[in-house]
Amino acid sequence: MVAEGNRFVRQALVACLLVLLAFPVLAQSLPALTGRVVDNAGIIDAGTESSLTARLAAFEDKSSDQIVVATIQSLGGEAIEPYANRLFRAWGLGQAGEDNGILLLVAVDDRRMRIEVGYGLEGTLTDLHAKLIIENTMVPAFRAGDFAGGISQAVDDVILVLEGNAAELEARAERYEESGAPWWEFLPVILFFILWFGIFGGAIFFAIMAPIFGRKVGPGRYRWLGMDFSYGGSSGGSSGSSGSSWSSSSSSSSFSGGGGSSGGGGASGSW
Amino acid sequence: MAVRGVAAKSAPGLLKAFLFMALAAPLLAGCGFNTIPTNEERAKAAWSEVLNQYQRRADLIPNLVETVKAYAAHEREVLEAVVQARADATSVQISPEMLQNPEALQAFQDQQAGLTSALSRLLAVVENYPDLKASQNFLALQAQLEGTENRIAVARRDYIEAVRVYNTSLRTFPSVIWASLWFTDNEPFATFTIPEDKMDVPEVNFGNDG
Repeated sequence: MVAEGNRFVRQALVACLLVLLAFPVLAQSLPALTGRVVDNAGIIDAGTESSLTARLAAFEDKSSDQIVVATIQSLGGEAIEPYANRLFRAWGLGQAGEDNGILLLVAVDDRRMRIEVGYGLEGTLTDLHAKLIIENTMVPAFRAGDFAGGISQAVDDVILVLEGNAAELEARAERYEESGAPWWEFLPVILFFILWFGIFGGAIFFAIMAPIFGRKVGPGRYRWLGMDFSYGGSSGGSSGSSGSSWSSSSSSSSFSGGGGSSGGGGASGSW
Repeated sequence: MAVRGVAAKSAPGLLKAFLFMALAAPLLAGCGFNTIPTNEERAKAAWSEVLNQYQRRADLIPNLVETVKAYAAHEREVLEAVVQARADATSVQISPEMLQNPEALQAFQDQQAGLTSALSRLLAVVENYPDLKASQNFLALQAQLEGTENRIAVARRDYIEAVRVYNTSLRTFPSVIWASLWFTDNEPFATFTIPEDKMDVPEVNFGNDG
């Protein structure tokens, strides 16, 4: 009976482990967001890539809109629309709450491309805009074999459309600036820490200070500021040096999505 | 002590109730009391988005029909089929309260599928009219229709996922305790099913592959 129970527990543990192991595998089916230009298919030359990255970074500084270019070799049998939507949401392009991200995806083997537009930009970069950029800019260049040029030109067109609605662009950038929370929004957190340190920090402070400034009234007993402090003698010298180190992941140049989402706006095409 | 005594004398129940609430509220929240209502509201919101996108498609159709009519007036049969299918589809409305009823959802889904197939017949007919295909107006409608079909697909997927989470919370520990004790009226929501003969995605081919 006991052995049977043990076996059941072991099987359950193994199942749990398998599930845990399976998750990274599922997540791997999407490429990682390594920068503003994720060229997994290797169709963009280094010069174009760096100039694209610079332009996209400058545009985000100005407007808070996140535009990302991604190329993949193959969709693996999936249609480009659901794939692009999955990728967009996994990367969380655009600022949270604004959803102002744009994903330009090219699948080389499938000869398909898509401009996926976040919720917040659907009104500015409409489906028709996206369609026209694909049909008039990307398709001719791609047919001529000029992937880097077509993508670069398409990104310029997208920026042009977004800048074309200048008032809306400014309002969006301003809203984003504002949402950098004023200090009083953190008041509960600050109060919490004051209280916390007041209680624990105070106790530790007095515990340290009493033996130094206080008057000894007995073995392990001190009187300071009219209060008695007694110390348990048995637990002396437990020097637990828990080597807690801060993981330094503060490379300011790294790029990550702001937490935006997309509801399937945009257009697709093929060449 | 004196203050408390006065308060207790003037409103004995109130203070007790307040203390009880102060204790109970975080405990209940911590025990997952909120899980079921939260998931229910999320599923309802996802449903609203589905309706929104289907409505958007229905709104595009009069314009599309007018544009096609200008170039292909004698394709009356196909055009009328689309208009009729749109009327049928917009006549079936499902409020969030009706989501627990699988038959109602099935009826809604059937009407929308009817509209989808009428639309694809119309777009197949358009292939025979190069002037229509090249017109700016039609190109714009095409792009919007394509985009809307895709938004419908996304909204449906989100709804299916939200319903999955909600239905799971009605049947799994620990929220199942609250489902049986408190939310006894909450039924699992119906979700989209794909009929056997329509397992493939409806083809929205606008003939611009070439």
